[in-house]
Amino acid sequence: MSNTNENNWPLWEVFIQSKRGLDHKHVGSLHAADAQMAIENARDVYTRRQEGQSIWVVPAAAISASQPDDAAMLFDPADDKTYRHPTFYIMPEGAKYI
Amino acid sequence: MNSPGLFFVHYLMIINERPTAYPIFANIKTVAMEDLKLEELFQAKVDAELKIEPKDWMPEKYRKTLIRQISQHAHSEVVGMLPEGNWITRAPSLRRKAILLAKVQDEAGHGLYLYSACETLGATREKTVEDLNSGKAKYSSIFNYPTLTWADIGAVGWLVDGAAIMNQVMLCRTSYGPYARAMVRICKEESFHQRQGYEIMSVLAKGTPEQKEMAQDSLNRWWWPSLMMFGPSDANSTNSADSMKWKIKRQSNDELRQTFIDRTVQQAEILGLTIPDAKLKWNEDTKHYEWGDIDWAEFNNVVAGNGPCNKERLVARNKAHDEGAWVREAAMAYAGKQAKRKAA
Repeated sequence: MSNTNENNWPLWEVFIQSKRGLDHKHVGSLHAADAQMAIENARDVYTRRQEGQSIWVVPAAAISASQPDDAAMLFDPADDKTYRHPTFYIMPEGAKYI
Repeated sequence: MNSPGLFFVHYLMIINERPTAYPIFANIKTVAMEDLKLEELFQAKVDAELKIEPKDWMPEKYRKTLIRQISQHAHSEVVGMLPEGNWITRAPSLRRKAILLAKVQDEAGHGLYLYSACETLGATREKTVEDLNSGKAKYSSIFNYPTLTWADIGAVGWLVDGAAIMNQVMLCRTSYGPYARAMVRICKEESFHQRQGYEIMSVLAKGTPEQKEMAQDSLNRWWWPSLMMFGPSDANSTNSADSMKWKIKRQSNDELRQTFIDRTVQQAEILGLTIPDAKLKWNEDTKHYEWGDIDWAEFNNVVAGNGPCNKERLVARNKAHDEGAWVREAAMAYAGKQAKRKAA
């Protein structure tokens, strides 16, 4: 077996923009030796039916993520601030365009 | 609460009666408490139809079951390319050849989506592929049957992909997020596979008597193995109870098999072909077809490695893997050189 660790292609996360003007959206991951190959493989794996017009690839190892267990604490500051939403405010009867 | 939860509660009650002078018991207690809480939380999420994501805590058996199931599924997509690849060079027209190429390419893609989902559970790609190549891992036993005639490409699309779709549509709602997302993608693509197969069958069935005969022969050979794809009947299915509780599966093997039969019989009638089952009969009361007995001895024999093509499939996979080794190495060497040049 010549498949030693340094010959294992690293993992890349793939983001596809389906149409101009939309966000790049995470679609999955794949292995590739370098960024160029990751883009070419992403084209073959994730855009066989015109699903995209732009591709981003990011080494999976470069992504930092929040911990699901911390979610309650992490997102707590937003929980009690309903005044950040427009629907919080009471508008006088009859006012238009507001 | 569910039964393992109750078991743990009971277990804790017993432990709690022990004096803490036994430090080892105190330890067990903490671990068990922790697991109980986590497992209850996990099951509550599943029950509430919240997807489980890679970084969430999950029972070890849930993780193992998923790794086994997703990797087997991925292997099936990859090995499934072999019986179909067999006909690419001999497809009867350029149209059929382009379609078959696209279909086989889709299967490779499906394998990759699934391998990626499997990796999110901590199974490395190298190990997963190695398990396939060494014969340790299983794949769908249907791919151990040979594609002897062009009609078999039709039957594989119509019946084998048709049966796979039944299972895959259910799995779009599976509890593990990355698996569910992969299945949604696969299902979108899979329906072309079934339709192109049915079209091949329909052209042959409407063709010369020899062509119709070829289609019938193919249906005869693929019908029963296709029914076996749904797995052992519920009474004999070892993994089903946990998988249902964890919502990995949502329908039993027998339910899926019944739906498949109910749908496919009508499609065979349209083609003017006969399902090779003398016991097949519509039941007006249940609104389902009754059908004959599956030869489970044959199924077990193929799963055990003694099907017509088990050996050939593994040899082909290993050959592809070994002969690709230099490409993988060269690509890494090139990437390393480029990175160094960039840094300099």
